[in-house]
Amino acid sequence: MARIKGIDLPKNKRGIISLTYIYGIGSTFATKILDEAKVSHDKKVQDWTDEEANSIRAIIGDKYTVEGELRAETQTNIKRLMDIGCYRGIRHRTGLPLRGQRTKNNSRTRKGKRKTVANKKIATK
Amino acid sequence: MARSLKKGPYIHYKLQKKVDAMNESGKNSVIKTWSRSSMISPDFVGKTIGVHNGRQFIPVYCTENMVGHKLGEFSPTRTFRGHGGNRKK
Repeated sequence: MARIKGIDLPKNKRGIISLTYIYGIGSTFATKILDEAKVSHDKKVQDWTDEEANSIRAIIGDKYTVEGELRAETQTNIKRLMDIGCYRGIRHRTGLPLRGQRTKNNSRTRKGKRKTVANKKIATK
Repeated sequence: MARSLKKGPYIHYKLQKKVDAMNESGKNSVIKTWSRSSMISPDFVGKTIGVHNGRQFIPVYCTENMVGHKLGEFSPTRTFRGHGGNRKK
């Protein structure tokens, strides 16, 4: 079983897919990492030798920010925006989209589940 | 899309002149400007700049973190006081 940065890689998948289970590594980085470690892309994780696994681990440790570190980094970036009080920071605070998208409808990803205003019809009658 | 590096950051020339003058004299007063698209350069740190939002000048105190942002980002142009129904609850 290969364990990298506290994440268990699924062992019955190809290495290039498995590596993307790590936060911060997508298919581009997975390709680069495997190329650098000289491991075949199609080799399944369970067939990795200890050496190969260790070299992959070393490469990720040296050159990439992943998992907790990366999450912390993005959080500090967002916090910086909020602290200086710029437009993007304000939008982060209010939980609305940052890049000028419409908010009349949609943008549910940022705004969350719909909040229905109760008894609106009765009030207008 | 980001601005070409060849051109350098955009700062309105009159605003730049005023900031330079203030840096030399060492005095501190609010500089009023309408140039919301000017970038905050490192000379601006520690200055207060009144940035117009269409109605009034919002005083913006520039800190080191703000370098690289535009002045207009700190002077909101819209006021939103929440939707009517929220207050009745």
